[in-house]
Amino acid sequence: MDLTYTPEEDEFRARLREWLGRVLPALPPKPSPDDWPGRRAYDLGWQRRLYDAGYADVHWDASPTVRLIFLEETEKAGAPYVGANFVGLLHAGPTIAAEGTAGQRARWLPPILRGDEVWCQGFSEPDAGSDLAALRTRARRDGDDYVVSGSKIWTSHAEVADWCELLVRTDPEAPRHRGISWLAMPMDAPGVTVRPLRTLAGSAEFAEVFLDEVRVPVANRVGDENDGWRVTMVTLSFERGTAFVGEVVACRRVLRELAAEAHKNGRWDDLVLRRRLGRLNAEFRALWRLTQWNVSEAELGGGVPGVGGSVFKLRYSHARQDLYDAAADVLGPESLDLGRPWVLDRLSSLSYTIAAGTSQIQRNIVAERILGLPKGR
Amino acid sequence: MRFQLTEDQRALRSGVREMLARRFGPEALRAVLAEPGRLDRALWRELGAAGFFALRLPEARGGVGLGLPEAVLAFEEAGRALLPGPLVATHLAAGAVPGAATGETVVADVGNGLVEWLAEADVVRGAVAGAVPLRSVDPLTPLHRVPAGTGVAPVAVLLTAAEQLGSATRACELAVQHARTREQFGQPIGAFQAVKHLCAEMLVRTETARVAVYAAAVTAHPADIDTARLLADEAAVRGARDCLQVHGGMGFTWEFELHLHLKRAWVRTHRAGPATESEENLAAELLAESA
Repeated sequence: MDLTYTPEEDEFRARLREWLGRVLPALPPKPSPDDWPGRRAYDLGWQRRLYDAGYADVHWDASPTVRLIFLEETEKAGAPYVGANFVGLLHAGPTIAAEGTAGQRARWLPPILRGDEVWCQGFSEPDAGSDLAALRTRARRDGDDYVVSGSKIWTSHAEVADWCELLVRTDPEAPRHRGISWLAMPMDAPGVTVRPLRTLAGSAEFAEVFLDEVRVPVANRVGDENDGWRVTMVTLSFERGTAFVGEVVACRRVLRELAAEAHKNGRWDDLVLRRRLGRLNAEFRALWRLTQWNVSEAELGGGVPGVGGSVFKLRYSHARQDLYDAAADVLGPESLDLGRPWVLDRLSSLSYTIAAGTSQIQRNIVAERILGLPKGR
Repeated sequence: MRFQLTEDQRALRSGVREMLARRFGPEALRAVLAEPGRLDRALWRELGAAGFFALRLPEARGGVGLGLPEAVLAFEEAGRALLPGPLVATHLAAGAVPGAATGETVVADVGNGLVEWLAEADVVRGAVAGAVPLRSVDPLTPLHRVPAGTGVAPVAVLLTAAEQLGSATRACELAVQHARTREQFGQPIGAFQAVKHLCAEMLVRTETARVAVYAAAVTAHPADIDTARLLADEAAVRGARDCLQVHGGMGFTWEFELHLHLKRAWVRTHRAGPATESEENLAAELLAESA
């Protein structure tokens, strides 16, 4: 048991800190949440700076510990989030890197790293959510193209994406996990229609994507035809690894701000509220240790995060909701004012127990894959 | 950063586990239940000989010379096996009270005013005047109350959390074993999501407590110890409760060992003082850091 970093890791941290201290004050102002082209330009601009400074591929090539340090330090310094680069850097890119041909890697990876192209994800469908393998978007072979029809949902950044990592059914007769293929679809192809969806927080964070006879070259398929389910699982395992490092750091900062606010507005005198904040401190301290544990395990196991990510995701998503419920108690009636800090975050936190695998699905994964309990209905 | 156990630490853990399985298996547990309040002195000396009490004492002073992480692993195994006796008090007395390190002397501690194993102890640290016996809810832990406590050392809080972690781990294993094998409605009850999800939550609580306890063993930071304590208490008490629920009527019997885990977990939550204190400490830390 050891929680110390190597001299090389300490040096990486020091260099990164120094660089962040230099570049962050020179960043342009953040665009408004509704300004999608502005957000795209801002997020890509940040990725370009990372690229020029040699940090662009930290999500791919760096050791899990270096990735942890990168995410911790960028969050502490208040650097921009991965934003519109999320799918490219954390889903589509790693999939192409692992499963693509040399030509596919050369075509798609450099623009992701340089901050030239945005990717979105076309996995879920109206009738295929937790049960992703039930997806029905159909791809019919026609010469050198697939002709794709169907609809996708919960697609973040669809309005501003250049590419979509798309799961389609290429063999409707095969057992459902074996008839799926993974395609890179250009978002400007004829027949693609994007309809933004408004979340309960009021903003259009994701969209529906309708596909009507969209032609996608067969050369854009990554992996074999009908092998898309396996190809996708390579991608999804990345999501539960270090994806939440920055957020845990951010939650701990929010907790300190909550304590300060409660102290200022007098609610600190309430023993029950104080105890609750103390417990949340324990919760997020432990979640940080769980992150370190998972990273250290990934380090031993060759870099791919395992099912331990489900344990983290379950605990974290509920802790985040508890945190913002406590924030509402600190604010009192002001928690009803969207202009106050934390109020929008409270609304957004409601998605955490649903997105990227609901808590119920995560519990199935933990019970069946870690504890070895039988599958059932 | 290698947070996982080293080879030596894994060997130590399995060594303690094997010794306890050999010396304190189900029959030994039944035997002490038949004669509650008696401490097995021979076992105590064996623990001493194996280095359980002298684990953190420097080699120059006749100890094993290991650190808190190793002690935490040993106490986790003790908790898992339901090993009775004032283990933490004796461990902390090693080097200070003659014979404690070797297991010749059984040491109890007044702690927070709740004394475990007072009558069986050779030495009690702290004033015991006015001690009143309780009809202890845990048949394997005789209890006395004394008017004034002397406080609890942070290391004692951490080792208690390690015992809680062992209990939580065991409760989760028992629940999963039962859920896999017990059939109702024509299938193992673990195939039902209502049962499966109880088990999953037990594991989540246990593994979250585990990293908190291990991290506190590495840093010995007061806030890490408070964190470990709160999470381990929760994992042990709620784990035992859920394990009981998964076992249905069996869980409510005297014969099944689970009730002993629950009762011991309750005792341990009081050994470390009120949970409120840990919560207040952690709340105060937030305020101090935000200033």
